[in-house]
Amino acid sequence: MEGIMEQPFWANGPKPGSFYDFHAGHSSKTTTVMPVKHTQYPMVTGSSVIGIQFDGGVMIAADKLGSYGSLARYRNCSRILKVNNTTIMGAGGDYADFQFLRDIVEQRVIDEECLDDGFNYTPRSLFSWLTRVLYNRRSRFNPLWNTVLVGGLQDGEPFLGYVDKIGTAYQSPTAASGFGAYIALPMLREAYERNDKMSEDEAKTLLESCLRVLYYRDCRAWNKYDIAIVTHDGSRLEESKTLSTDWSTADMVSGYE
Amino acid sequence: MSLQMEQHEYGTPMQRYWSPYAMNGGTGLAVSGADFAIVASDSRLSEGFSIHSRDAPKTYQLTDTTVLSCAGFHGDILALTKYLEARLQMYEHEHNKKMSTSAIAAMLSTILYYKRFFPYYVYNIIGGIDDEGKGCIYSFDPVGSYERETYRAGGSAGSILQPLLDNQIGFKNQQGVVKTPLTLQKAVQLVKDVFISAAERDIYTGDSLVIRIITKDGVKTETFPLRRD
Amino acid sequence: MSSIGTGYDLSASQFSPDGRVFQVEYAQKAVENSGTAIAIRGKDGVVFGVEKLVTSKLYEKGANKRIFNVDRHVGMAVAGLLADARQVVEVARDEASSYRSSYGNPIPLKYLAERVSMYMHAHTLYSMARPFGSSVMIGTYDVDGPQLFLLEPSGISYGYFGCAIGKAQQNGKTEIEKIKMKDMSIRDLVKEVAKIIYLVHDEVKDKTFELELSWVGEQTEGRHELVPPEVFSDAEKYAKEAMEESDGSDDDEL
Repeated sequence: MEGIMEQPFWANGPKPGSFYDFHAGHSSKTTTVMPVKHTQYPMVTGSSVIGIQFDGGVMIAADKLGSYGSLARYRNCSRILKVNNTTIMGAGGDYADFQFLRDIVEQRVIDEECLDDGFNYTPRSLFSWLTRVLYNRRSRFNPLWNTVLVGGLQDGEPFLGYVDKIGTAYQSPTAASGFGAYIALPMLREAYERNDKMSEDEAKTLLESCLRVLYYRDCRAWNKYDIAIVTHDGSRLEESKTLSTDWSTADMVSGYE
Repeated sequence: MSLQMEQHEYGTPMQRYWSPYAMNGGTGLAVSGADFAIVASDSRLSEGFSIHSRDAPKTYQLTDTTVLSCAGFHGDILALTKYLEARLQMYEHEHNKKMSTSAIAAMLSTILYYKRFFPYYVYNIIGGIDDEGKGCIYSFDPVGSYERETYRAGGSAGSILQPLLDNQIGFKNQQGVVKTPLTLQKAVQLVKDVFISAAERDIYTGDSLVIRIITKDGVKTETFPLRRD
Repeated sequence: MSSIGTGYDLSASQFSPDGRVFQVEYAQKAVENSGTAIAIRGKDGVVFGVEKLVTSKLYEKGANKRIFNVDRHVGMAVAGLLADARQVVEVARDEASSYRSSYGNPIPLKYLAERVSMYMHAHTLYSMARPFGSSVMIGTYDVDGPQLFLLEPSGISYGYFGCAIGKAQQNGKTEIEKIKMKDMSIRDLVKEVAKIIYLVHDEVKDKTFELELSWVGEQTEGRHELVPPEVFSDAEKYAKEAMEESDGSDDDEL
């Protein structure tokens, strides 16, 4: 099946933009074949990403910690990305894999801008593409070690999608990855089921309270975070902020002052 | 037991293991009658003890007279259904007609077997109307073995539902029973009942039930709430 | 033409006895058959203008554009065989994208000009290849200020303050030379560019044309884009008025 799909569009001829290679297959070069190595575990990782739909928009948030195993190694890693005026995305998992994906997405957006034909990536089209990239990489046993949330406005309607490193993907008005799936998602769902037409400010307050609980309870979370928002006025990646926290309940813990 | 699980050896590097598969749960069910077929599934998408989505039904309408139900690894389900849709369209362009239910079943079998050594981890059941206008069901294993049946349950609560269907539709293990043909009303009621029962016992089944009723006039959809815990 | 019949013009890989490569010269002729394109480098950016000749009423408006985006910060205006030029655009885009992927920064225009002109030059070296029948102008605006390069079929590339290619390249250059572009903003230059395109247009030989205008500069935040509709209509109005004035003065002389 894959064989059929991988047939060249135009066989036995030059690819558009290139010439016949008369010497194809007659190379006398000898190469040393090295074993192919694949990602089997992540290196620097980001923790949870959380997202929610609100009345007329979507927002995605994540903290800025880059963990190296249990070491809090980098404290200013942005994992949220403004893709275009209607689309945002955020990722958890391996930070290098995220940067790789980000660079590809950014170049594709530039290619799209260059054509200047009025077409742009929509949240749904970017999401669909990402599901295929992540699924194909896992099928080659070389996964991109990420969980990605894609958000935005599709034909004026809020869109929020989730896809993980093996290609499990779905759409949902609330989504959270990693530890957030256990801690933030119940909070998001409860709030959303109580009011599915919450305002931008309410949604933001909710995401901040989720991030705060995550910071209290997730050892791989941090108090500095990013938040990206899409509304009918366009998309924006807000300036990084720091969570206000209250550790007075932990007065028994001493010696770290 | 918990002691053994929690024990960590210090000093050795921890390596995270990954599997190309996940089990995302979900139950599918298909029942056929003289001139109808029913394909039903729940709408829960889970992984481990988490629920990803409460609104992800696993029925896919392939043509006006064919519906597919898939349960298993959702990534494979997405890839498989996307590919099926493409093949269906290619067939239609080439032959100027929609694919028959039996042809779709045969094609699905070869698609699944092509990946015999890296299978789609998907349990498929096809329900539809055959060339003679009768209801038909085809059930598959993940590597493409398939047969035509009159009723079949599959997915995470498949083994809970199947004996119920054997008894209630197949009239198995009953003495002196009158084998009356299955009516549509009875079938729909039965589907609802068995899914309520499955949702009681199986944590991967619940949230809501989507029932697709296929007759020669097309596909009608009914939804029914299930327990959400 | 002295080259015809001599046998030295059949291949791009052969010199004539007096040291010319005729295939390259033919390619330059191909550029001179197309509608004029000009570019001017001002103090705060670069402006492109194209006289796109419309050879049939059956074309859709805006078809066969001759100003392209190469990257967010680079614009390209072309003259000559459009199909050839499009391939140059494609190569330039690939170069820009590859630079971005390697170094994470926008490609410097000087480097882009060098890479693309090397590619064009490669097509003047082999008997199996044909030189590009098009010249292209590329421009940008970055921390080093405005920059403008012209790449020709021979593979030559120079930096310019202003250039003109196509049918009226001679007239165009003369007109550009009259402008003090080094002190002018692109907001003012865009009018002059429109005026020159209208001025050099030959109404007798070529009936209709569409004006294309784009810019990249300080006020576009370093992005290359088509000029906004208001700016376009202002510039076009200015150009038409200038034409009427000069027509008027012509009448007086008669």
